[in-house]
This record gives sequence, structure tokens and C-alpha cells, in this order.
Amino acid sequence: MDIQVRVWRQTDSSDKGRMVTYDVKDISPDASFLEMLDVLNEKLILDGDDPVAFDHDCREGICGACSMVIDGVAHGPERATTTCQLHMRHFKNGDVIDVEPWRAAAFPVIKDLVVDRSAFDRIIQAGGYITAPTGAAPEAHSTPVPKKDADLAFEAATCIGCGACVAACPNGSAMLFTAAKVAHLGLVPQGQPERDTRVLDMLQAQDDAGFGGCTNAGECTTVCPKGIPLTLIGRLNSDYRKALRNSNS
Amino acid sequence: MGQGLHTVIPVAVDTKVPQAAVAPSRSKKRTSSVLLKIIMAVTGIMLILFLYLHMIGNLKIFFGEEAFDHYAHWLRTIATPLLPKTWFLWIQRGGLTVAVIAHIASAVILARRASAARPVKYVHRPKVQGSYAARTMRWGGVIVLLFVIFHILDLTTGTLNPVGDKAHPYANVVADFALDRWYVTLFYTLAIVAVGFHLRHGIFSAVRTLGQQTARGERIARASALVLSVVLVVGYLSVPFAVMTGLVD
Amino acid sequence: MTDFWNDGDPIADTAAPDGPIETRWERRKFSAKLVNPANRRKLTVIVVGTGLAGGSAAATLAEAGYHVKSYCYQDSPRRAHSIAAQGGINAAKNYRNDGDSIYRLFYDTVKGGDFRARESNVYRLASVSVNIIDQCVAQGVPFAREYGGLLDNRSFGGTQVSRTFYARGQTGQQLLLGAYQAVERQVGLGNIEMNTRHEMLELIVVDGKARGIVVRDMVTGEITTEMADAVVLASGGYGNVFFLSTNAKGCNVTASWRAHRKGALFANPCYTQIHPTCIPESGTHQSKLTLMSESLRNDGRVWVPLAAGDSRKPGDIPEEDRDYYLERIYPAFGNLVPRDIASRAAKNVCDEGRGVGPGGLGVYLDFADAIARLGQKAVEAKYGNLFEMYQRITGEDPYKTPMRIYPAVHYTMGGLWVDYDLQSTIPGLFVVGEANFSDHGANRLGASALMQGLGDGYFVLPTTLGNYLASGPYEKISEDHEEVVAARTAVEERLNKFLSIDGDRTVDSFHRELGHIMWEYCGMERTEEGLTKAIGLIRALKDEFWQRVKVPGTGEQLNQNLEKAGRVADFFELGELMCIDALHRRESCGGHFRAESQTPDGEALRHDDEFAYAAAWEYFGADQKPTLHKEQLEFEYVHPSTRSYK
Repeated sequence: MDIQVRVWRQTDSSDKGRMVTYDVKDISPDASFLEMLDVLNEKLILDGDDPVAFDHDCREGICGACSMVIDGVAHGPERATTTCQLHMRHFKNGDVIDVEPWRAAAFPVIKDLVVDRSAFDRIIQAGGYITAPTGAAPEAHSTPVPKKDADLAFEAATCIGCGACVAACPNGSAMLFTAAKVAHLGLVPQGQPERDTRVLDMLQAQDDAGFGGCTNAGECTTVCPKGIPLTLIGRLNSDYRKALRNSNS
Repeated sequence: MGQGLHTVIPVAVDTKVPQAAVAPSRSKKRTSSVLLKIIMAVTGIMLILFLYLHMIGNLKIFFGEEAFDHYAHWLRTIATPLLPKTWFLWIQRGGLTVAVIAHIASAVILARRASAARPVKYVHRPKVQGSYAARTMRWGGVIVLLFVIFHILDLTTGTLNPVGDKAHPYANVVADFALDRWYVTLFYTLAIVAVGFHLRHGIFSAVRTLGQQTARGERIARASALVLSVVLVVGYLSVPFAVMTGLVD
Repeated sequence: MTDFWNDGDPIADTAAPDGPIETRWERRKFSAKLVNPANRRKLTVIVVGTGLAGGSAAATLAEAGYHVKSYCYQDSPRRAHSIAAQGGINAAKNYRNDGDSIYRLFYDTVKGGDFRARESNVYRLASVSVNIIDQCVAQGVPFAREYGGLLDNRSFGGTQVSRTFYARGQTGQQLLLGAYQAVERQVGLGNIEMNTRHEMLELIVVDGKARGIVVRDMVTGEITTEMADAVVLASGGYGNVFFLSTNAKGCNVTASWRAHRKGALFANPCYTQIHPTCIPESGTHQSKLTLMSESLRNDGRVWVPLAAGDSRKPGDIPEEDRDYYLERIYPAFGNLVPRDIASRAAKNVCDEGRGVGPGGLGVYLDFADAIARLGQKAVEAKYGNLFEMYQRITGEDPYKTPMRIYPAVHYTMGGLWVDYDLQSTIPGLFVVGEANFSDHGANRLGASALMQGLGDGYFVLPTTLGNYLASGPYEKISEDHEEVVAARTAVEERLNKFLSIDGDRTVDSFHRELGHIMWEYCGMERTEEGLTKAIGLIRALKDEFWQRVKVPGTGEQLNQNLEKAGRVADFFELGELMCIDALHRRESCGGHFRAESQTPDGEALRHDDEFAYAAAWEYFGADQKPTLHKEQLEFEYVHPSTRSYK
């Protein structure tokens, strides 16, 4: 199939950036979206042009590196699918496809489609952990965890930290990301001692990183490749309220 | 770049230069966006309660001029003789004003943060994937605010009312929605529908902000929000349409 | 046979205590020198890589009080490729009361490694396995649990006990996030200096000791020299030498290879694990291969058409024209034969021209019988997510048409040679996780890689590295030291070289071609003739690479092709060594099948008398023959036997 892609090109963080149109010919419908860009880049290199920079690594939907807004939708048109798992058979011959980076002040563009997501790491640094120095752990079976809680914690913990939630949010909020980690660690007994400080500190880090606030619009969960549910934000709000109360008493 | 492989097409790009690829550093810690949301939720719920009481009063109009005017006068005597006449009304007005200001101030801070969180807009405008009501909260809120100002000048102070007789609210209402003042009715209708949309997302959002976190609870919250909004819209619109159709005159 | 290598002196692991295997690790811990907690802050450790091994090591060393500098090429330490491990992690907890024990896990691992692993190391691995689970649970890793709230276990990879802990099909992700969170906590506390989007391009050796690395900031292109008292490599495996593998695109051998060039021995490079159930290539655009859980073989039946060139649709091929070859050749194990056997059998039928799908490189994995027997619902409950993944990638519905699968490179057992202390032959250079060679022998068992990465990082390295650091702090090295300047200059010259060639072929085109050579001649089945040919082809291609490669852009920016060029250049040298190693090992064992060494009925034939050693290679220059050092392996506890699955 033959398509056109309009790709955001930006040489570095100081460049203004622009959309540039490229023809991509003879693409197999079985190729992934990233493989289509590989083909484009091979051609650009041989033509003496600068290939399109984009983040990618595992290409099996788990590392969370790939990050493209395709035709206005983070990770493209397929639900619960990362860009690397999106295949060209979902497009038609002759399509013009717009490809842009995640757009958020907290995720500045480094080059083309590559953004800096270190703000997510800073949110985790603020409290997205359970303090458990190596060697200090008690026997694993000393604390049973109800299966229901363990399963819910797992679901929250499947977040791959790709940032699609931020890219899709009309407010540029990272609330779903933060909520997923707060829920994961708040659902297991080991996470209780730090539950209050965790939610307060992580939210502070999130606000300080320049993310917007949540308006419960729900765009984040629709683009989330792992289907992290919006209800977790309610859980975060509840935890926050309790933490505020506890910190004042 | 060349060989006619690609063309640079001018697109509507926000011309602001993206921020440098470094973490935005903030010396001052931000007020928690969740705290601001809680303020909005609590004040929003207060305003909804008021709207419902107000609506019940409005519906007195269907019991005739005497009943309606009697109700209106009664409002000034609530809590007498404990409080002097109209004191309760002023306390209530003061409370509502504080709620409205807190609600709007929080909304403005959050809206400014949201806009700062995405300094460069998407070239390919994303289609709304969450709820439409959620995306119209801010403009809907502005319409409602403008209407409230008009409404106070119209039916509270009487400044903009053709009759403007404080002693006879029934007559004021009937005069207001006369057929030749169709534009007032239109504005009223528009504002009430905006309130409906605002509440449809607002009620769900407030409940979520206050910690609702189950899938079942979410379904109930969404359904209740819809029902409460529709009832409110119907209740309020029944008055002007009754006047226009001559059911009330 | 010394056209390709020289024979050197044997080497030995002098760090391991002798005596009863059960107490060796205890005794080593006791004999290890300790560092006064007050002195640890003055000691700097560099950790390259943030996967299970590197992440757990960095966090634990920082907790202990050392100053840690961590480097990864990804944009966040959470994206290291450990994240993609699906199946689970073994631990000898014996929670199922099914007769498991540390000794049994040790026994199974040595046997599974086809008797080419070091007993002392494997025993230690088995004994720390129980601590790993405790540690991960304390961190909040959401392992699967039973209704009683206790941890669930499953049997994995053909073992007869249920010792595999798992978190649905995302165990690697959950374990890595546990380590990542521990790392970020230490970053927040200022104990770890985290450098993301930084690539190690050279090792700095001063006075025979590893004292630092040269790194490139992948965003700005800035080259810096980073000094420390010790360097830990946790940079993963080298499966990407095959271009197509289940590894992440960025996985590379550069950190290990640079250390090898500086004197660290590289052991058993030819030991590669090839996983039988991957989604086949769909065309020339293919950039990587995706693994599907082996559990599919529990209910799927593997077959190809009986006749070569049968181009009918699978549904149109009647039973009598199908060959369920695994069930035919291995009636006892059928479709559940171990990975290496299933992989080789698939290759054989495809070589006969009976492969299916594009290019004839695939075999059917058919669930029609399972669906008829159990119903579609039951099959969906068991494999729903895998079927969905298959459909997402191939566009075919496996409920209606059989899956197509083909083997793919998955893991590399070889790596830098280390002693019992995980120290390489360069003092102060420690190697953990997949990057070292130590624990899996010639074949890795399922659910053992996660165990090894975390065992090394959480429990082994912090003790043994402490022993080394107890002799520090080492003399401060200035950035002007001639070795430092030389390492830095070498890196800069190499990068400039890539940029200046300005040829007419892309880096990827070379990498793809190298991958084809490796897969063809150093893949599932190797022959003397093929390997000799491959060495010639690789050398010619390498020369061509240095003449014709085209790397666009400059070195002062994010330049993904410049990064790739450096990695591919190292893959050429590694690929050649892999072929030499495979050539010298005239036996079939584990992941290494030599066609000349098979039983009359075509099964692998080991030669314990000749090859029961780890082959550790020494580097002497790009155009020089490497030297082979043999570390003889002793099997005092688990006596070599022959695997049979007929």
C-alpha cells in the first residue's frame, strides 16, 4: 500500500518545529507502524535527509518507549494498543496520516517525535515505592494478601509509563499515571505504612512538574494501552483526602 | 532536503517556542490540584442544592399568582423571629457568593494550569473520546455565570425587567417570558441547557473527586448525574414555556 | 584447527570456596572483607544497565551507603528489557509440598544447562532464590495469589515441581518495576546519580583495574569520562547480533564488548537460546520477533503439510496429508519437548520445504482439536490474551485458522567470564545478569533468567563487591590521566569515523545482513563448513561496513543511527567470535547443536570427556586470532547424563 505521513519535525528543543509530508510506498499491510517509519527512514538516509527520530525499544507493547500521537489519538486508532503493536492493515491505501509527539510542558520535545518523560521518574522518586531495603524482608508468606486485592493491585501495576494518558488529557494531567501507582502500592498490606505520605508527595511532585489537574474527562483511560481504569483516580482522591485529614490530626 | 520527496506544508501551529528540554524548576510549591478540585466539588454540590430548592420554588408558579407571590415573600421571612427579616436571605446570598467565587477561582487556576501544561497544541485536533459534557465545562461555566448576572439584574433587583415590581414577582416572570421578548427566553433556555451539561459532568466529577472509586459507583454516579441534570433542565424550562404557551399568564 | 584461534593456558575460578556445596556461599560471605559503613560514602560504583540485575544492584549498593552512578540508554530505567519477560521466576520455596528444595532447583538447573554450568554458582543461585521472593513481596510486587491470600505457583518449562512465581504474563515487568522503584527511591535520596539516555562506549582500565567508563549523552552528544572505584556491567545479552530476535531493538553488546577488548575474557559466546514459539517473519520490513508463551504447546498441536510445496490453505489439507512431526518423532513428550528440540525440529521441516506462511519459515500450531475437545470458551479462558496478541500482530484469527510459529533467538547464555565473586578477569569489573556467563551453562531453563538477574543484584554482588571495595578507596584518577584521555580519544575517533565514511548503505542494511549470516550458520544447527564460511562472510561484510556505511547527521545531537552504527560494529566482532567458539566446540550441547555430533537417530551428542569446560576467549586485536582459555568444570554433585525425550 502507498500512504503519506505528515510527521512533526523538530531538530532540537530550541527549534519551533513543523509538519513535513513524506510519501511512503509499497508498505506491507503486515508491517507495524514503526516498521513503516523504519522503511521511511532507510529511504531518507539514502536520500541524504535526516531520518525521523522516535522512541521505541521492545516493540512488543510492554516497555512503554513508543510515543506517537497518530491522527490526533495517542498510540493511534486501535484501542488498548501501543504504537509498536499498531499495524498498517488498519490504514487504507492513500491515507494521509498525521504523526506528532506527546504534547505537554512536562514532556518537552527532544527531537522530532522524541520527548523527555523524566517527569514520570520524578513522580515515582517522590513516593512511588515501598521502603524495603534488601535483606530486611520477612518471609513472603507471613502476610497473606486477599486475592481480590492482589489482582486489583496487579491491574493497577500494569501501567507501562508511556505517557499516553498525559498526551490525551485535555489538561495535560498525569493523574492516571500517579493514581495507578498509588493504587498498586495502596492495595497491598506492605504499602500501608507509607500510604499517606506517598499520595501527598507524589501529587506534589506531579503538580510541581507542570502537569495539569484532572477534570475526570476520561480521555486518558480510552487511550491507555493497558486499560488502566478511571476509577483509580477516585481512589487516589479518596486517599488524598484521608491523608490530608491524618496529617492534620 | 529535496528530490521532491516531501513538501513542507504550512499548518496552524501554535507559534510559541516549546520549552527547553529540561525539567521545569519551580521554587514555589504548587497548591495541590486535587485540593482545588475538592473545593470545586464541595462548592459545586452546595450550588446544586441551591438550584434544586430554587427550582421547587419556581414550580409554585403552577399553583397560581397568589401562591407564587406568597412563596416569594416568605423567602424574606425565613428564620424570623429568630433573625430579623431578610437576614437569612442575606446570609444565604453571602454563602452562595463565597461558593461561586471559590468555585470559579479554583476553576480559573486549574484552567490556567491546564493551558500551561500544553503550550504547543496538536496540529491534528484530537477528536473527543471522553464525554462531550466534560469538554464543555469551562465555556459552559462562563455562559452560566453571565446568565446568573443577567438573572439577578432581571428578577432579583428588577433592573432589567419590563415590570420590575418587587412586590409582584409573578407579574415580573410573566412579563419576562412574553412572546415578544423571545430573546430572553432563548438566553434563559440556552443557559439552563448549559447548566444541564455542566451538571451532567459536574455531578459525576464531584463524586469522583470526593473519592468514588468503584465501577458500579461510577455507573450510578453517571446515571444520577444524567437524571438530576435532566430533571433540573425540565423543571426550570417548564416555567418560561408555560408562560409562552399561555399556560401561565 | 588453529586457523582461527590460539590455545592458551587454562583458567580457574579461584574465588569459590571448596568443601560442601551447601555451605560454600556462607563461607564466602564470612571470608569476604567488610567495608566500614562510614567509609562507603567515599566509594563510588558505576552500574551500567538498569534491568533486573543492574537495577537491583544499584538500589542495594545505594542502600548500603555506597555512592552509585547508574547509566542506561533508555529514557527511563524502567524500560530495560527485563520488563518484557513473561513467564515467571523460580524459587525453591516448596510452598506446594511437592518435594522441591534448594538442592532440587540446583540439580534441575545444572542438568537443564546440559552440564556446562559451574556447580558452585548454580547452588548459590538456588539458595538465594527464596530470598528473592521475600524481597519482591516486601516491595509490593503483585504476584498471583490464591484465594487464601498465599502466593500461587505453577509448573513451568517442563519441571515436575511447581516452583514458578508469576504475575500473570508480565512477571518481568512487575519484578523490574519493584527494582526500579527501589532505584528511584535512592535517586530521590541522592544516593544514586541516574543518567538516562547515556550509553557506555568504553571501559577505562588504569593499572590493570577497571576505574571508569566513557559515556555519550545521547541527547547532546557530549562525551564524558566517569570515574569510580569499581564498575558493574549489567548490560544484558547480545541476541541482537542476529538482527531479528525477541530482544528490544536497543539491546546490544557494546558495554561487554568494550570490556572484552580491554582484557575481560568472554565465555561461551556461541551458547544461544532459540525459543520455538515466536510469531514468524511477515516480510522484509520485519524489525523484531515476538515471543508467545510456551504454554501454548500444552494444547496446540504442531504440524506441517506432509508434502513439500503444498500451498493449500491449512483448513483444506486433510488429516492424512498432515505431519504432526513432534508427536511422530517424540511420542513420549510429543508437542512438549524442550525448547531446543522443538526449535530444531521446526527448522528441519522447513529446510525440507514443508514450512508454511511467507517465505516458508513457519509451522502450524493448531488449536482445532483443543477447541473441539474443550470448547472455544475454555481455550479462550486459558489463552485469550495470547490469541489476541497473535491476532493483533498477524491479522489472523487463531480460533479459525492455525497459528503460524517459528523459532527465534531469545536469550544468550554466554557472556563475560566471571569468577564466583562475579568479577571478570579485569579486577574491579563485575558483571551481573545476562551479561555474564555463569549460571545457565549451555541452555537456560524457563523462569531462571529473572532469578539470576535479581539474585546477582540483590544478594550476591553487594557482598562480593564489598570485598573488593574493602581494599579501597582506590587512588583518585584525574581526567588527564593518559589512560583516561586515550579511552576518551578512542571513542571520539570512532564516532568521527562512522560519521565521515558517508557511504551508500545504511547501518540497518548491514545489521540485517549480519543477522542473516548468523542465523543461517550459527543458529539452530551449526557445521564446521558453515561456520568457516560464516567467518569469511562476516569479515568481508565488516570490511564493507567500514567502507560503505552511511551515518547521517552529526555527533552533537540525538542521532539514533550513530548509536546503531557503534553497536553493529561491535556485533561484527562478536559474531565472528561466536562462530569461532561454535566451530571449536565439536559437540552438541544445550543451545549449541553441531551437525557433526549427533546420535544415529539425529539427537544431540555431548562429549563430556573433551568439552566439559567453559570456553573463555581472550581478545588480541580486531585482526588477531583470539586465545582460548579453558575453565574445566567439575561435577561433584550432579553427574552428567544424557537427556532423552523419545
